Amino acid sequence: VTGPRAAVDASLARAHAVRAGSDGLNAILSSDESHARAEADDLERRRDSRQAGALFGVPVVVKDNIATLRLPTTCGSRILEGYVSPYEATAVARLRAAGAIVVGKTNLDEFAMGSSTEYSAFGPTRNPFDPSLVPGGSSGGSAAAVAAGITRIGLGSETGGSVRQPAAFCGVVGVKPTYGRVSRYGLVAFASSLDQIGVVAAGVGDAAIALEAIAGHDPLDATSATVTIPRYGDAAGDSLRGTVIGVPKEYFPEQLDHRIRAHCLRALEYFRSLGADVREVSLPNTSLAIPVYYIIAPAEASSNLARFDGVRYGLRIAGDGLRGMYEATRSRGFGPEVTRRILLGTYVLSAGYYDAYYRKAMQVRTLIARDFTRLFAAGTDLLFTPTTPTTPFPFGAKSDPYDMYLSDIFTVTANLAGIPAMSLPIGRVDGLPAGGQLLAPAFGERKMFAAAFALERALGGEAHR
Amino acid sequence: VSVSLEEVRRIAALARLELSPERAQVAAGELSTILAHMEVLTEVDTEGVSESLALGVVGPATRVDEGPPVVLHASISAIAPESRDGFFLVPRLATHEDPETTT
Repeated sequence: VTGPRAAVDASLARAHAVRAGSDGLNAILSSDESHARAEADDLERRRDSRQAGALFGVPVVVKDNIATLRLPTTCGSRILEGYVSPYEATAVARLRAAGAIVVGKTNLDEFAMGSSTEYSAFGPTRNPFDPSLVPGGSSGGSAAAVAAGITRIGLGSETGGSVRQPAAFCGVVGVKPTYGRVSRYGLVAFASSLDQIGVVAAGVGDAAIALEAIAGHDPLDATSATVTIPRYGDAAGDSLRGTVIGVPKEYFPEQLDHRIRAHCLRALEYFRSLGADVREVSLPNTSLAIPVYYIIAPAEASSNLARFDGVRYGLRIAGDGLRGMYEATRSRGFGPEVTRRILLGTYVLSAGYYDAYYRKAMQVRTLIARDFTRLFAAGTDLLFTPTTPTTPFPFGAKSDPYDMYLSDIFTVTANLAGIPAMSLPIGRVDGLPAGGQLLAPAFGERKMFAAAFALERALGGEAHR
Repeated sequence: VSVSLEEVRRIAALARLELSPERAQVAAGELSTILAHMEVLTEVDTEGVSESLALGVVGPATRVDEGPPVVLHASISAIAPESRDGFFLVPRLATHEDPETTT
């Protein structure tokens, strides 16, 4: 397609095509088609009058926990049903400034709490490869939309793997930048010491352009870093000769699907053939990451979600007095997983349990982060692992909450340590996508992209067979 | 770990959540199961390990403390469940409530 209007028309037509029928994806929660077309026409008219941005006329989708003007921002929750933000997230403003056009808001597990998009109050999203399987989560809507060809770029958010895991399940690229790399202004807070906006994309090049557009300091987010943004797209030309790629043995346990393991080994062979020095390494505290994560994330969530009380925005349900209103609103507004995590978080922060759970988890988090620091300081440039232990699972397969939490076993560590990581397709298992994960030191995205570009090129069609 | 029904009620009250007796019972079981998986942490030696971690940036960024940072594209009345003259309206506090007249 040529030109913004043709691109937007094609994107919307594709969205309609995959929405139809009982097997429809349910990837998009809201969209303003006439506004998207008008924006495209406007860009078309001004094409020559100003410098075209890197994303000129490119349709994008945005996860529904990232604030947009006009379109609702529901977080997949009844408590924010119909809520339209009075301001726009910096990441969205930067995409639009680069010429992108938002064509829809995408489905997610309620408040980004989940690994399958089954916990959305507005119904689950289906996996484009097989409608009986989950797309992963929580950014399942963005991953499914990109995999189905609605757009090449989508925004997601990460707290414990919510971009990388659905990207792996849907056969697309998912990037979780360094903590502080992308402004979180306008991202509805879940766990503030872990949250980061990320990118889902059809290819490594699309991901690089999108990250470059949204990265950088923002005075509206005190955690955003004043660190120079390298040209991630230029990493396509970087050589891997001499790059030390560590393979942490803890990420290749016996339970790992042997076909995913085989795809990882093939990818490592390609890295070797490109001149990389591939070495087995160890991250000894890896097995503690899930318990640590599921103490810290719910603890922070229980505090962040206290703001949803029926007073300032969203749902209000009358109860007995002020307190009754709070309780009625929150109990009916939040779904079961969000309620579970608020209870868990409140428990681990409450008097008598704080030291045993929260304080302990924070200390072990330091140990997990030190594992990475030690390896990177000793000369390991990047790490390579599988993104998930399995391929996409059927709806309802993980009825035990802790079983679902284990889906994040290879991804939560990067969030706990604040380092960047990305997933890219490395092959198929019974026709379903498998993802490989690259991890880098803080603000080492350029090197991570160099390896991703090289592997994508080396695998070629094998990444999708 | 066994979380009692009484503890679940206490936690729910702190979290401003209203749980039905059945839901509270289920929550007690779920929390006990989840917390049992956290027990592994008690065996980790964390003597002298810091509980704070510098992530991403070294120290928080600052900005000049002036003015509202952004212009809002909608008024309070457009997003609040109930408001008047730019103020959010809430039900009266329980201690001030007259059961005959509260809504």
